[in-house]
Amino acid sequence: MIALEFPEINSLLRWKDLFPTFNKIALIAVLASVISMVIFILATRKQTDEAPRGIRNFAEVIVEFIEDGVIMQTMGKEGLQWTPFLLTMFLFIYLCNAPGIIPFFQMPATARMAVPMFLALLVWVVFNATGIKHQGVGGYMKSVLFPPGVPKALYILVTPIELISTLLVRPFSLAVRLFANMLAGHILLVTFALLSEALFQARDKILIPVGILPFVMLVFLTSFEVLVAFLQAYIFAMLTAVYIGGAAHPEH
Amino acid sequence: MEAIAHLVAAASATKDPNSTGAGLTALGAGLAYGFAAIGPALGIGNLVGKSVEAMARQPEAAGMVRTTMFLGIAFTEALALIGFVVFILLKFA
Repeated sequence: MIALEFPEINSLLRWKDLFPTFNKIALIAVLASVISMVIFILATRKQTDEAPRGIRNFAEVIVEFIEDGVIMQTMGKEGLQWTPFLLTMFLFIYLCNAPGIIPFFQMPATARMAVPMFLALLVWVVFNATGIKHQGVGGYMKSVLFPPGVPKALYILVTPIELISTLLVRPFSLAVRLFANMLAGHILLVTFALLSEALFQARDKILIPVGILPFVMLVFLTSFEVLVAFLQAYIFAMLTAVYIGGAAHPEH
Repeated sequence: MEAIAHLVAAASATKDPNSTGAGLTALGAGLAYGFAAIGPALGIGNLVGKSVEAMARQPEAAGMVRTTMFLGIAFTEALALIGFVVFILLKFA
């Protein structure tokens, strides 16, 4: 039997500070925002020829994906004014997730609770503010707490459930979904990487070929993480759109 | 989240990995995720199965069904992920 030394969770997640109060997570988050800004600043430069090409084409693909894949599916045409907000959310989360599989970074910034929690709180503020702006404080509280079409006697049951699920569970689950998905993927990759390393360096020569198995699994999981990084950013943007759409037009 | 971590840390204050408390914590950590995964597993299986059925019956509605399916998966999956967070807290906190 070989003993597998699993490192402390903190050594998986916490790096030495690059300089005080600035670690690799912060570096990834800053890079994510800078890269997304650079893409769109370059894309909005004046172009002489008619057909878009290069980075502008790429930016248009992303914008169209948000408009057709997220907003039209959930909010309909009147939600198109939310494109900039959802686009920013999607790009930032995706660029924070992607370093989980990029060599030398090997850590999704969203696997620390701070980033998803702040994003979820931002979404919470935005969708509540949208509801209050569109329906007024009283109207918004009424549509949240007393959903229409429910028999009067059931409000004893429905109102507390709606209060908790809209105001408390929504931001919590939004943050935990992103955080736990990325952390789970990161820990899976670490586990299989450690396992194949331990087997490749085993003293028993017979164990060395067995190390191929966890290594194949590692390669498979890395490609799976490519999908997860995209899917989590997509789902976060989509749920944001659903919440905002629901607050703006409760009848849908 | 932090409060739960403190509770768990207080419950398993002993650092000795061979003590009964540490053993029970490890057992609880494993069971927490295992049990938390049962419900969402059935739920997601049912959800995706039904969605594929709907898409096969009505291919022109596939886009709408797919969006709704992803939303449903996101809500269902959150339950399993909370179990995973409990596992992390019990195991490492």
